[in-house]
Amino acid sequence: MKILVTMKRVTDYERKVKIAPDGSHLITEGMNFVANPFDEIAVEEALRLTKAHGGEVVVFSAGPKDAAQQIRQGLAMGADRGIHLLTDKELDSDAVARLLAKVVDQEKPDLVILGKQATDDDANQAGQLLAGYLGWAQGTFASKHEGLEGPEEKAQKPGLAIEGGKVHVVREVDGGLETIALDMPAVVTTDLRLNHPRFTTLPNIMKAKKKKLDEVTAESLGVDLSPKVKMLRFSEPPARTAGQIVDSVDTLIHKLKNERKVIA
Amino acid sequence: MFELTEDQRLVSESVRRFVEERVKPQAAHYDETCEFPWEHVKGLAELGVFGMHFSEAYGGAGFDKVTGSIVIEEVARHDASLALTIASHNGLCGGHIDMFGSEAQKQKYLPDLATAKKLGAWGLTEPNSGSDASGLQTTAVKKGDRWILNGAKNFITQGTVGEVFVVLALTTREKKQHGITAFILEKGMKGFSQRSIHGKLGMRSSDTAELHFDNVEVPAENQLGELDQGFLNTLQILDRGRITIGALAVGIARGCLEEGRAYSLDRKQFGKPIADFQAIQWMLADIATETDAARLLVRRAASLCDQKKPFSVEASKAKLFASEASVRAGMKAIQIHGGYGYTREFPVERYLRDAKLLEIGEGTSEVQRMIIARHVLKS
Ligand SMILES: Cc1cc2nc3c(=O)[nH]c(=O)nc-3n(C[C@H](O)[C@H](O)[C@H](O)COP(=O)(O)OP(=O)(O)OC[C@H]3O[C@@H](n4cnc5c(N)ncnc54)[C@H](O)[C@@H]3O)c2cc1C
Repeated sequence: MKILVTMKRVTDYERKVKIAPDGSHLITEGMNFVANPFDEIAVEEALRLTKAHGGEVVVFSAGPKDAAQQIRQGLAMGADRGIHLLTDKELDSDAVARLLAKVVDQEKPDLVILGKQATDDDANQAGQLLAGYLGWAQGTFASKHEGLEGPEEKAQKPGLAIEGGKVHVVREVDGGLETIALDMPAVVTTDLRLNHPRFTTLPNIMKAKKKKLDEVTAESLGVDLSPKVKMLRFSEPPARTAGQIVDSVDTLIHKLKNERKVIA
Repeated sequence: MFELTEDQRLVSESVRRFVEERVKPQAAHYDETCEFPWEHVKGLAELGVFGMHFSEAYGGAGFDKVTGSIVIEEVARHDASLALTIASHNGLCGGHIDMFGSEAQKQKYLPDLATAKKLGAWGLTEPNSGSDASGLQTTAVKKGDRWILNGAKNFITQGTVGEVFVVLALTTREKKQHGITAFILEKGMKGFSQRSIHGKLGMRSSDTAELHFDNVEVPAENQLGELDQGFLNTLQILDRGRITIGALAVGIARGCLEEGRAYSLDRKQFGKPIADFQAIQWMLADIATETDAARLLVRRAASLCDQKKPFSVEASKAKLFASEASVRAGMKAIQIHGGYGYTREFPVERYLRDAKLLEIGEGTSEVQRMIIARHVLKS
């Protein structure tokens, strides 16, 4: 089995992003970049599946030269090889989906696993668009039954399972979970609870240097990267105003009724 | 030297994530109870940390000294005791076998040390020989195909939990420090006993012990390195060890900075965060500057070592400055926390207690100044 996974280079979600004074872009200088955590989950799940069924895991990332770092991270986790689409352009989800569709044509994977969204733009579209372009089945927000204890129980009830040529996906939906069976090949996107990505070991980091990482360009794939979605403006969320301390429940109710008018 | 390579960044991220998820939440517990943190040793060994400097042929990661210092800094950021365990296991014991051992010795010991199936310890210091390490009195006398060891060692890290010991002993008494040889001992050898040392100020979950040798018979093939070359080899191990102690100090100082920063932004007095007061800002600025300076000294020494250039004086300077900077950082971090910093509710008092060891172990500050001054006056 061959699994294609994505690994996007995103700004570190633990650091505060800075917005340019005119709101036109984010200031990336001095920012720390990491792999999109949802994509790390995708790599972990792919490795788990190929461990059970055999096969190959290929990591794809589209981005500037430095995005190779995130592919290497996937390789250090255990993926077999990488494909780096080199571009300095800002890509919208549709461009990523069209690029991936071309890579899928060439690689012919049985499964594509993507993070459900990236923590920088939270678009949550690339997986769905890709399934649309390919005409493949899609299982979004792959998750896991809550309340499973310990790694063994979790391994017995994985969120993704391949049985009888179908991939069974446990999905996180409003108010619960649903399990669907997809014909293969298929597209799956991962939610946070699907797994806990492994720690990359130091020897594997050294070994990852020797793994194959191919660079490709949008031109060579024949994909036009012009965005269909244009980013107009960035702005900070409004600052929270200071709270008030009231001396009694009655005052609180009075204020909520008459000043804020949030209760009748 | 100023920027991490791709692998170094991956390494630091991987270790940091492990330390933040697993080690940090329990560091205070292990400090309080002085229990040995076997679970973290296992976990970090699975990551490859316990054999990081050994070559890949023996199950190691083949790291250079710069990358190793990055790992030590990351662990020491939240748990200096654990970092000390790694440092003495990997650098002192494992390092001595890796650098001076025979092929057979490396094959026999390094793979088990790399996975931490066995922990390693390194015994130089004795009750009557500390800074004056060349004055050690443990003896080894050849008898047929065995060496007979008698004497004692003090303050040996991993002394009771360790299973593989590198021990320095006098083999040719009249040649003094040029008559010292290293041996590999194993726990369980007849006449070899260990006694745990309790009640340390800091580094409390690192295991420290006395070793006693009462006619311990050591097979001739366990002689490590050449006869009477043990002390010269030891100096090379100590030079490398000092870089590691420097890196450990950088980790603690960084902890003081991060905790001091967070607390000063959070704590309000006179109607504003104490971070608004210049007095607090200057303390933070000093910790930040000294942490950076210490890290640069450590990286320089490590990088010279990796390039196989002389680095001994640079290692002493790095160790001296970084260890003293970490103690100053600990003092300031407590000051920033006020009364709360004086309690175990916050980690900074532990950082100070741990940092203090770094001015003592692997050559006191006075010994480092002696080495540096000797070099200054000579050149
Ligand atoms: C927690 C811990 C872990 C340790 N782990 C190990 C280990 O794994 N292996 C190992 O071999 N050792 C280990 N040590 C021992 C450590 O290296 C020694 O404690 C250290 O070298 C100092 O020796 P000492 O304690 O005998 O002090 P001393 O040498 O007695 O020093 C006492 C004081 O005198 C000063 N002094 C001594 N000589 C001079 C001089 N010529 N000029 C100026 N001042 C001088 C010293 O700087 C110090 O201030 C450990 C120690 C501790 C506390």
